[in-house]
Amino acid sequence: MTDAEETLVQKAQEERLEAVWASPKGWRYWSDVNNTSIGIWYTATSFAFMLFAGVLGLMIRVQLAVPDNDFLTANFYNQVYTLHGTAMMFLFAVPVFEAVAIIILPQMLGARDLPFPRLSAFGYWCFLIGGIFVCGSLFFNAAPNSGWFMYPPLTTEERFTPGYGADIWLLGLSFIEVASIAAAVELIVGTLKCRPPGMRLNLMPLYAWYVLVVATMILFAFPPLIAGDILFELERLFDWPFFDPTRGGDPMLWQHLFWIFGHPEVYIVFLPAIALLAMIVPTFAQRSLLGYSWIVLAAVGTGFLSFGLWAHHMFSTGLPAISLGFFSAASEAVAIPTGVQIFVFLATLMTGRVIYSIPMLFVSGALAIFVLGGLTGVMVAMAPFDWQAHDTYFVVAHLHYVLIGGMLFPLVAGAYYYFPLAFARQLSARLGRWAFWLMFVGFNTAFLPMHWSGLVGMPRRVWTYPEALGLGTANMISSVGAFIFATGFLVVVFDVLRPRGRQPYAERNPWNAGTLEWLAEMPGKTWGVRSVPIITSRYPIWEQKNFIADYDAGRFYMPDAEEMKRETMVTGVLDAEPIQVLRVPGPSFMPMIAAVVTGAMFILATFHYWMATLVALGLTIASILVWLWRGTSFIPEKPRKDVGLGLVLPLYTSGPASVSWWAMFITMTGDATAFFSLVFGYFFFFTIHGDFPPPGVDGPGLFWPGVSVVLFALAWAAARLIQSLNSAGRLGAARACMGLGGVLALGAGGALLWGPHATGLEPTVHVYPAIVWTLCIWTALHAAVGALMLFYCLARSLCGLLTPTHDIDIRNVALYWHFMAVMALVTVATVALFPLASGGS
Amino acid sequence: MELPNQTRDTLWTLIATPTIWALHFLFCYVVAAYDCAPNARIFQTIEGTRIAIAVATIVSLAAIAAIGWRAFREWRAGEGKSPHSADTAEDRERFMEFSSLLLAALSFVAVTFGAMPALVFVDCR
Ligand code: HEM
Ligand SMILES: [Cu+2]
Repeated sequence: MTDAEETLVQKAQEERLEAVWASPKGWRYWSDVNNTSIGIWYTATSFAFMLFAGVLGLMIRVQLAVPDNDFLTANFYNQVYTLHGTAMMFLFAVPVFEAVAIIILPQMLGARDLPFPRLSAFGYWCFLIGGIFVCGSLFFNAAPNSGWFMYPPLTTEERFTPGYGADIWLLGLSFIEVASIAAAVELIVGTLKCRPPGMRLNLMPLYAWYVLVVATMILFAFPPLIAGDILFELERLFDWPFFDPTRGGDPMLWQHLFWIFGHPEVYIVFLPAIALLAMIVPTFAQRSLLGYSWIVLAAVGTGFLSFGLWAHHMFSTGLPAISLGFFSAASEAVAIPTGVQIFVFLATLMTGRVIYSIPMLFVSGALAIFVLGGLTGVMVAMAPFDWQAHDTYFVVAHLHYVLIGGMLFPLVAGAYYYFPLAFARQLSARLGRWAFWLMFVGFNTAFLPMHWSGLVGMPRRVWTYPEALGLGTANMISSVGAFIFATGFLVVVFDVLRPRGRQPYAERNPWNAGTLEWLAEMPGKTWGVRSVPIITSRYPIWEQKNFIADYDAGRFYMPDAEEMKRETMVTGVLDAEPIQVLRVPGPSFMPMIAAVVTGAMFILATFHYWMATLVALGLTIASILVWLWRGTSFIPEKPRKDVGLGLVLPLYTSGPASVSWWAMFITMTGDATAFFSLVFGYFFFFTIHGDFPPPGVDGPGLFWPGVSVVLFALAWAAARLIQSLNSAGRLGAARACMGLGGVLALGAGGALLWGPHATGLEPTVHVYPAIVWTLCIWTALHAAVGALMLFYCLARSLCGLLTPTHDIDIRNVALYWHFMAVMALVTVATVALFPLASGGS
Repeated sequence: MELPNQTRDTLWTLIATPTIWALHFLFCYVVAAYDCAPNARIFQTIEGTRIAIAVATIVSLAAIAAIGWRAFREWRAGEGKSPHSADTAEDRERFMEFSSLLLAALSFVAVTFGAMPALVFVDCR
């Protein structure tokens, strides 16, 4: 080819790519599912919630500025601080991580999109609806008002908390938690399976390591909270006495479940921010980050250790001292990996030629503030000190030093750093300097005095305080500082939002960074990457010769979209060797519709409109089925395709080679975690009772659980068998097994529910029947889902969409049934066999 | 130099030692909580629990040490140079081994920390 011909070919390729990946126009824009659009909506929405929560923070500070103030009523004040904490944590800190990752992770991995774009879109719409619902309640004076951790019995008894506040919190947030888990699944599969060829685990950008760790943490941290939410709602809606000590319950169970979630949550918020630092620091030190393995150690180590800290929020609840000791020890141990990260950054900066810029300014501010917060953290991790400081402003100061230093400042640094990537223009350095100093000074003015006021005796969550306490001056200083801080943040907001039509585009790779995401052109293209590059180093732009030129000319893989379909590459977990070309779905309103009906279901349940809730449930199931049927496991028009450079890859894979199998596996891990949290509840109640089951209660007996377990085993065997029958081409037998398996599954679920019913277990009487019922219902619902899946496969098979060679669906369903079988065994062993073994009736 | 019986490192071998920490932690917490529940007789002594924790600690530390030692040996025997950033399966393996070693060290310390309360506390107060 001559140069001229080559240019022509490239032009044609670019046009095709552009057409395939274009965002829809007009009102259809909102059906977009591309990671860049979703990521930007997601980020903008979480910042909007942050501003809302920030205004609430300022209202708190106005109320507390002077003693005996009555700017807010006591009840409204309670709503304000509860919503402030709730929105900051659930609607800002966690979602913004996922939002930012959805934008930049694919860019960093040289991928065209994440593997399940519609799932990201679904997550976004759930988040938007749930967030507006929770925040909106404030305008009806109906917001939750018992603190962001909702301790029962304050929140479970009508006489303390009349109205719907607690339900709004529980159902609204459960809905958002589901969305967070969906995003986590997407990010894990994306990191493991969508890396560019050659990006082995040792070459992966550190950001991706953090995403992997944090998304996995979400997968294990959120389900216990969901389990807690379920118990909580059963108590509020149907009077099942999980947290009511007069009927055998115990409010401590909620505290355990909440903090098994709540502490890892702190690190779920903190690690992604550190991940941004791990990208920013090398760029401005103009050298590779020192101690790559040490950062991986720190990320993975923190991910684990953070699960061993939960009871340090319960030091003052009267747990035995030895138990407190375990949690105190783990809390001190987690300081080690945290410290390692800080030292790695400092060492990198000290050995590089540091370029001072606005992102670096925020990075240094972050490190300074976070280190102070970390120090007070080590202090409150010692139980005796915590007994003094618990529920005082000392803790408020500590948590804001950690959150603002460890999360907000790095995030703003990241915003300055990545703004050109998203909007092709630079933020103003002059405004940035103003913003930084206002925020830094304002923050310390606001929160430093709180250490002192807390130790002197200013309780947390107090509506007002008497003049005689002598805290007027300290509080006034804090309030002034809060407004200075807010002004600084508004400068950033102004700079982001101001019209910048005449400002020239930023140059390409404006910071001279070394990682893949900076391949993006200014203004960016919607195709993600021009061609999927081959990676041989950690900083390809710095270290690989001719890299950008080859990339631009499409001399790597997949430079074209011949069939006019959206595609991205799937690679192996360890060494990222090419495995498959994945067709990803394009724009669709289906995710939005599914989110709207799912949201309707949760909202209607909040207000006890049961019939309408059932209708919404039906619509939810229907919309998900339509979405799956029309949008997943397409059979491609040809088995393989040429992706350039002499490589031919399959277009379809199933089982462990396929991304959807991984997604199923990961989702089921989260599901199993929620299940084991409920089982934990059973054994928790067992330990606190001398007699469990209580005397005179017989149930659920052995017979019906036994029947159920046999039926479950048969259904499981059917699901296993289908897979091999189908591959062998024995379609008739396979279809018979699908139908039969589904019916068996329904029977198994029914038998499981019949046990407690037949033995007369009454869930409102005592916690024992309540928890038995909960486990049985949970498992029976999963059986119903399992049956639905089998019937779905049957229908697919009858329509020729599931064939011996195209069997994604049945492979995933078989995987589901493995989890299902374990769940059924554990449930029956717990509710039927355990009472015998422990000497009960 | 390839060692005989080289293990192939994966993400699972990487997280083996912190998983041992997690199991050890859970075990300590559960036996103590079970022994002391329902936390009514707070002066009741907990010899059994302390012995069980001692045994679990020794077993866990031994397992972590063995895994860490294996990682260390293979890492040292390999030829890759330290940042392990070369584009070879060999260097990826070295990187995983070194990271496993670091995690083993952290887990060792964390398990030791976690066992210390059992040295100090003799009852359910
Ligand atoms: C404008 C900046 C902020 C101000 C002025 C502010 C102010 C406050 C104050 C005064 C409290 C104590 C309420 C009380 O005990 O009565 C509080 C609680 C809290 N804040 Fe902030 N805050 C700000 C930013 C943030 C951020 C960025 C986060 C997290 C990302 C956050 C998370 C929390 C949480 C979780 C609580 C505990 C709420 C509860 O006790 O239930 N705050 N904030
Ligand atoms: Cu904590």
